[in-house]
Amino acid sequence: MNAVANAAGFPILSLITWLPLVGCLVIMMVRGDEQTVASNARWTALWTSLLVLVLSLVLWVKFDPSDGGFQFNEHVTWLPEYKVGYSMGVDGISVLFVLLSTVLTPICILASWEAIHTRVREFMISFLILETMMVGMFCATDFVVFYMFFEGVLIPMYLIIGVWGGPRRVYAAVKFFLYTLTGSVLMLLALIAMWVHAGTTDIPVLMHTMFPAGMQNWLFLAFFASFAVKVPMWPVHTWLPDAHVEAPTAGSVILAGVLLKMGAYGFLRFSVPMLPQAAAHFAPFMFTLSVVAVIYTSLVALAQEDMKKLIAYSSVAHMGVVTIGIFTFNVQGISGALFQMLSHGVVSAALFLVVGVVYDRIHTREIARYGGLADRMPGYSLVFMLFMMASIGLPGTAGFVGEFLVIIGSLQVNFWLALLGGMGMILGAAYMLYMYRRVIFGRITKDDLRHILDLSPREWAVFAPLVVLTLWMGIYPSSFTSFFDASVGAMVQQHTAALAATTKLAGIMH
Amino acid sequence: MNWTLALPEIVLACVGMATLIFGVLRKQDSTLLCSMFVIGGFLISGLLVLTRANGFGFHGQFVADPFSAFNQILIISGATLSLILALDWNRSQGIARFEFPVLMLFSTVGMMIMAGASNLMTLYLGLELMSLALYVLAAFARDDLRSSEAGLKYFVLSGLASGLLLYGISLVYGFSGTMDLGSLHELLLKPESASPGLVVGIVFVLVGLAFKVSAVPFHMWTPDVYEGAPTPVTVFFATGPKVAAMALLLRVMGTSFASLVGAWQILVVIVSIASMVLGAFAAIGQTNIKRLMAYSSIGHMGYALIGLAVGTASGIRGTLVYMVIYVFMTAGTFGCILAMRRKGKAVEQISDLAGLATNDPALALVWALFLFSLAGIPPMSGFFGKLYIFLAAVQGGLWTLAIIGVLTSVVGAFYYIRVIKVMYFDAATEPFDAKPASLSFVVAATGLFTGFFFLFPAPIVAAAQAAAGVLFR
Repeated sequence: MNAVANAAGFPILSLITWLPLVGCLVIMMVRGDEQTVASNARWTALWTSLLVLVLSLVLWVKFDPSDGGFQFNEHVTWLPEYKVGYSMGVDGISVLFVLLSTVLTPICILASWEAIHTRVREFMISFLILETMMVGMFCATDFVVFYMFFEGVLIPMYLIIGVWGGPRRVYAAVKFFLYTLTGSVLMLLALIAMWVHAGTTDIPVLMHTMFPAGMQNWLFLAFFASFAVKVPMWPVHTWLPDAHVEAPTAGSVILAGVLLKMGAYGFLRFSVPMLPQAAAHFAPFMFTLSVVAVIYTSLVALAQEDMKKLIAYSSVAHMGVVTIGIFTFNVQGISGALFQMLSHGVVSAALFLVVGVVYDRIHTREIARYGGLADRMPGYSLVFMLFMMASIGLPGTAGFVGEFLVIIGSLQVNFWLALLGGMGMILGAAYMLYMYRRVIFGRITKDDLRHILDLSPREWAVFAPLVVLTLWMGIYPSSFTSFFDASVGAMVQQHTAALAATTKLAGIMH
Repeated sequence: MNWTLALPEIVLACVGMATLIFGVLRKQDSTLLCSMFVIGGFLISGLLVLTRANGFGFHGQFVADPFSAFNQILIISGATLSLILALDWNRSQGIARFEFPVLMLFSTVGMMIMAGASNLMTLYLGLELMSLALYVLAAFARDDLRSSEAGLKYFVLSGLASGLLLYGISLVYGFSGTMDLGSLHELLLKPESASPGLVVGIVFVLVGLAFKVSAVPFHMWTPDVYEGAPTPVTVFFATGPKVAAMALLLRVMGTSFASLVGAWQILVVIVSIASMVLGAFAAIGQTNIKRLMAYSSIGHMGYALIGLAVGTASGIRGTLVYMVIYVFMTAGTFGCILAMRRKGKAVEQISDLAGLATNDPALALVWALFLFSLAGIPPMSGFFGKLYIFLAAVQGGLWTLAIIGVLTSVVGAFYYIRVIKVMYFDAATEPFDAKPASLSFVVAATGLFTGFFFLFPAPIVAAAQAAAGVLFR
């Protein structure tokens, strides 16, 4: 291993990335009858993910927010003749996503403690592999390494949906796999084209490589194919409701919490800094798709009968706000997009867990099957209300800051964009409050709801960190924004400079 | 006359003859012993390949260079893996005879001669030696109707392809006056010597070799022969002959006819696209796992041909790396297919795999790994095969090939993950019989290669680079 010189003094990013695989090995070694194996697998997975969480908190503490570049860099030569290396590093944009992944994983493991009772060992192994892939993807500073993690995510997620999912799990799993793969392979070609052009796959170098304008447009479209499916943007979002409805609760949580962010992260990491002209050229196109996503999917959400489907559609709408923010190319817009990604990661994950709680008890997600839960489950109703309000974007909760910043950012671009994008908040209030009323308020009319139990201590443990995070992000957002301010500033500056350079060049040529 | 360059082939042929005599003279069943002799012969021959000097032997008929060594090692590996897989299978299916390893050995000698040929005549001799042994191997389960049919079908179609190849060689000889690959190369550097008759000859040579790698539209035999032949023979078909024929294609097109690249490139591009598309779409409807693998191998040959179509050292390197990865993951997958036995009887339907993940988690895990690799999902080795191929295609500016290639790989992924779906998502049925140790060994070894190739890709890539450097100087 060469050149591991960073603030932590040891290869902390590699450790965070690969530690879950060690947990997998331990789980594989477990012998005994099914009960012992299941219980050991659960505990090993939980402790591994908690250890990873602690390590990532060390990363958080040691991270220097004033530095806009990559930190904790690691580099090992891998394919020397092609200048491809195993490179890791985090900047202000990726560090919080590493944390988001490591926070959500133990929560998911805890949430599936009782919900998953078949093939527990395999489930926990899949989940830990998934954690490795997610964290690795956010840490990679080499494009090939990034791609391997990005696509490697498909394997555990395919199995999680397909093995432990609902009745139409096979359809949903295959659809998820093929949609994402189709986009990814086009990105692979773009990757190779950039590789051939620049002679390296090092992401920081690629960020400062000027690609010819004609080439940028093609590259942008190839990246778009991959990231738009992942985000997902309208009209390639149709895999998401299927995957969410069929996935087990923990799968939905990770899907909404982290996997959707991979697409938006890709836009921020590649499309905007590496292809500035193309990004500017395609911005109106991205705005159109995003605005359609915000309004159309919010209206669709209003008509849903299934709670998970409703939240899935609301995710598409929220991610539409994120893509609007990214393509405003100003500090407020991009910061807002990042904040919205983080808050959506926490809040939508929490909402899927909220649905999971009643699903575990009654085994249905149909909104009409519920009603009057406030009587029997006051604690649950309170938690549900907090996350619902955060999803709507109530000031003081995590959801408000991101949407507000994005609207400010988009106002600088276009008034109508801000107005239409802001419609999401209004429609969001409509479908969320409507669902909440039908599930929580009213009289209990169904017999099986009369004896439903409130949150168990384990469930409180699941929700407590998310509640804290939601309020913390809403009340004191600068403890998060300060992490990415420097990086976002650098990115916006570089983008403006690149555009100015081309305009100047065009001026000279004419 | 430098005959020591052909020592690996000579030693192997001698081992084969000795084993044959031993098997005939010994009264009791000597299959296992003969197999061990042959495997020993493979190992010695492989060592000799690694240690021999480079140069031309037999008055330029035969060449020993990094390119031939690379392919010969790969051929020997494929043959060894297939023979190990055959050990237990042939016994349990009642077709264990000592001729089996001997035939395999002679076929391997033929392939090695193909990989080391530097003259069109040597090429043809090697090809025929390989094919004659393969005809018998395909029909080895002679009481089984499907196996006999496979042997006959392969015999007729392969005979036709050999005829075309020979006709092409005679045309090339007639219009150029030489059969030596090096002389052809020098001759064709002068544009006026590229007569239309010669180009027609090249096309026939291309067709003959395309048949052996089962590229579309010369693929018709593949599904039937794959399905009908005894499964260890199918493994053999899927590995060695493909490598040998691909090596020949690369050498003949890459050295002798390199200056005519404009004439044959479009043909290779069309054949490659057709193979990828057919391999992807025709496999969707298959219910028999061996037929599915047949279409899969057609598709994989399409990808490997992209490297040839690019026609640069980088493309050749891509093809060579692809072949290595292909041989190991295919041998591994067939190893898993050989484990599909219930009460001693082989089953071949994809639906028979239902619930394998519950009955035999280890086998299902390795198999899933192979399937993800065949689909080209990172971090499995199959992804790297595609990465190098597409890298070469983009460098060469063959965007059409690259885009069709990645899109067909998505279609391919559909049927591979469908098999995984059957193994992991469907309810369990009756479990398979216990696996023999030899099978577990092959599956584990190829599984480790496929799963962990990403950690150490450099040695194989460097070897392929050295091999490709010999062609396209």
